[in-house]
Order: sequence, then C-alpha cells, then structure tokens
Amino acid sequence: MKTNDRKMDEKKFRQLGRRELLKLTPVLALGAFAIPKWQEGLLKKGLAFSDWASARLFRPGHLATTFDDAELTPPLKFPINGYDVDDPGVDLENWTLTVSGAVKRPGEYKLSAFQSLPRVRQNTRHVCVEGWDVIGRFGGARLSDFLQMVGADPAARFITVNCADDYYESLDMATALHPQTLLCYEMYEQPLTRAHGAPLRLQIPTKIGYKQAKYLTELKVTHVLDKVGYWEDQGYSWFYGM
Amino acid sequence: MSGSVIEIIQAQGKDDEPVVVGRAAYEHPFMVRLCHWINTVALFVMVGSGLQIFRAFPSFGAKIPQKDLLHWPKAFAIGGWLGGGLQWHLTFMWIYMATGVVYLGYQLLSGNYRQALFTRRDIPGVWPMVKHYFFFGEKPPVREAYNPLQKHAYTTVIVLGVLSVLTGLVVWKPIQFSWLAWMMGGFHYARIWHFAVMWAILFFVLGHLVMVILHGWNNFVSMLTGWKKDPEY
Repeated sequence: MKTNDRKMDEKKFRQLGRRELLKLTPVLALGAFAIPKWQEGLLKKGLAFSDWASARLFRPGHLATTFDDAELTPPLKFPINGYDVDDPGVDLENWTLTVSGAVKRPGEYKLSAFQSLPRVRQNTRHVCVEGWDVIGRFGGARLSDFLQMVGADPAARFITVNCADDYYESLDMATALHPQTLLCYEMYEQPLTRAHGAPLRLQIPTKIGYKQAKYLTELKVTHVLDKVGYWEDQGYSWFYGM
Repeated sequence: MSGSVIEIIQAQGKDDEPVVVGRAAYEHPFMVRLCHWINTVALFVMVGSGLQIFRAFPSFGAKIPQKDLLHWPKAFAIGGWLGGGLQWHLTFMWIYMATGVVYLGYQLLSGNYRQALFTRRDIPGVWPMVKHYFFFGEKPPVREAYNPLQKHAYTTVIVLGVLSVLTGLVVWKPIQFSWLAWMMGGFHYARIWHFAVMWAILFFVLGHLVMVILHGWNNFVSMLTGWKKDPEY
C-alpha cells in the first residue's frame, strides 16, 4: 500500500485542511439566530414561512377525524380555558351577534337565527397549543351556511371575530367555509355553558384550540386582515391548521 | 470517495531528502461534513425548543386531572415560554428536514451510504464490538471503514431522524397527515412517540460524543477538514 501512496508537502497539507475547514463557513450563517438584534425578526419570518406552508397543506375538502360517542371525553373532564375570566357575564337574554363588513345583510343576529340553520353535531378532537387534547361533542350551524344567510361576499378572504372578554381572532376564508367549521351553541347536546363560551363560539376541528373563540359578540367579513388574534399578537402562529 | 485516498505528508529534511512526517486519509466528504454540522445546531435547537413546548403540558395523560411526567427546567430549554419555543421549533424544523433530505440524497446518489449502512452481515460483529468497548473485550480486527457497532448506530440514528420528522408532522398536523396519524394511533399517541424518539436520539448523541472524545483530536478534526491524520495508515 505504501508504494502507491500520494505524497504531499506538509505546508500544502495544512493549507488543504484550512481550505476544507473554510468550506464549512455557511454553517456560521445559523449564528444569525443568536444575534439579539436579528433574532426576533428571523423567528417571525420562520413562523410566517410555517404559516404559508400550513395554508398550502390545507385541503378544503379533507375532514377532521370524527369519533364514536364511546370515545368522548366526559363533559366534566373537558377543560375550561381562557385568558382572562371564565365567565365574562354575557347578557344571554339580550345577546346578539353583530355582523358587519363585506355582507349584504349586516346587523344584529339573535341566537334563534343560528338555531334556524341546519344543525350539525360532531364528535371531534380539540387540541390545545399546550399539548393536551380532548374529544368533545359539539353542535351548531355551519359557518358557511351563516355566511350565505348574511350574504357574505364570496371573494372575501377573512373572518374576524370579537368576544365578550375582549378576546379576538380571525380566520382564513377557506377554513371558514370548511364543512366542519361551526358557529357552535351546544356541547354534549346541551346549550353551551357560560364557561364554555355561551351563547355562541367558533368550533373549528381543523384549527388549534385558541382560534376557536368563545362568547362571540361581533363577526366581520373582510378582504383585509386588520385585527389578527389575541395569541398571535403575543407571537403565536396565525394559520395553525391541524 | 471517502477513505480511498491515502496521503503521505512530507517535509524537507536537513539534507534535502524528503521525510515522511505523517499519513492521512480523506474520510468525510464535504456534503457529509456540512450536513453534520448544520444538523448538530438544528438538532440542538429542536431538542431545546421541543422541551420548552413539552414544559407547557409535561404529561401524556389527561388534562383533568393533570399528572406531570417530569419537570424539565426552563434553564435547559430554548425559547423562554411556549410561544417562544414554538417559534424556534417551527422555524428550525425546516432547516432540520431540508438538511436531512440533502444528506440522504447525497449518501444515496454518491453510493457513500454503503460504508455506514448496517446490513444482516453485520449482525454477528455487533456483540464483539460491544464487549470490546464496554466490557474490556479484545479488539476485533479492523476490516472496514466502519465497524458493525458503528454501522448499527449510524443507521439507527438516520431511522430515528426520519421518525422524529414523521411523528412531528403528525403532532403538527394530525388532520392533513391523517393517514400517518392513523398509523401512529392518532395525535395523542404521536405526541408520545415524538417524545420517545427524541430520547432515543439523545441516547445516540451521548454515545456518539463519548466515542468522539475517546478517539482523539485527529479523529475529531476529520469531521471538520475531511482528513484524518493517523500513523496507522
């Protein structure tokens, strides 16, 4: 083996080693994430890219898994999550949903309006961003049916909602029109309890939990996203499709 | 191809006669080294940020009542809080995946995978290697660039890497990847597998670091420059 070996000058070998090492400098680009001035911006871009990929991966016709009644999480074990109070004291007697934006029939809608639309009941998984999940039985009107009722502009791109506890959220139109996206007024075939968002909440099995806003008070159909979402404004993902 | 070129390093002696001062072999191609170091950083961030996310619900049971599996200290996590952990995790996962794909593509297309791939023929050689490393057994003869135990480790870690991505995709999108989710038992179980795979990878990293330290500076440098100086060559 020795007689076939190539010979190289020691100095040249050191230079070769140095050159090969320098070829690895692209790895240092990752160091940009460690620079305080750039970190926030880079992570924001990363999250935005993830959101873009999420939107591309969303299939409007693909349904979330549904479950048998035997697989339901018992109602008392369905956690109540909020960010402020569990019960913002909604005046259930006089409650209406204020609809505005790119719609033919804006105005106040009583609970009876939602109850007059075809009722969908579904057993779906609710996933919290924290990592836990439960399977609940939800009932309500399809958001797509309601958007038809109010004469929403089919070219609109977003839905934004405001809530009685000052929470706020927004939805891409593709998800809003998904057949399992509900304006939910029932859980386990009982009217929503106050803690779970009475009288009306979003129930979106194709989205993470925090996008399924409770105690809705206002709904706007819009082409431009002016208000994004409470948790998004803290730095969480906007699209967060499941 | 790596391992196939042996260089004799020479310096001018006092009476103009060339003197061999060492030998070296080219062990690790550039793409292998590049991907190795990028994913060293990426994996570090994925584990750190993943544990930050885990801290938000450190359990694999019910939420009510919640029974935590273990408390992972914030000091050993990346991101500071759940939102921060997710930002790091959802950003670096793309770097981790892309590098993995490039690495696998390179290994397959160049044929370089053959020296590290664990096959049936390597099974008998694993136990003698284990005895040598852990139980003071005698050193088995060196036949190939990677011994059977190494091949086992380096093949397994690739499988684990792929599993970390697949389980992660299900935790991220159990509905859009519903067929993958079904194979894993659904979202709730995928989260468990994702966690378990992480620990398996960390176990590999521990063993890997121990071996790297035990095999000395020249061996470590070969993953930087590609070349390993070794009088045995």
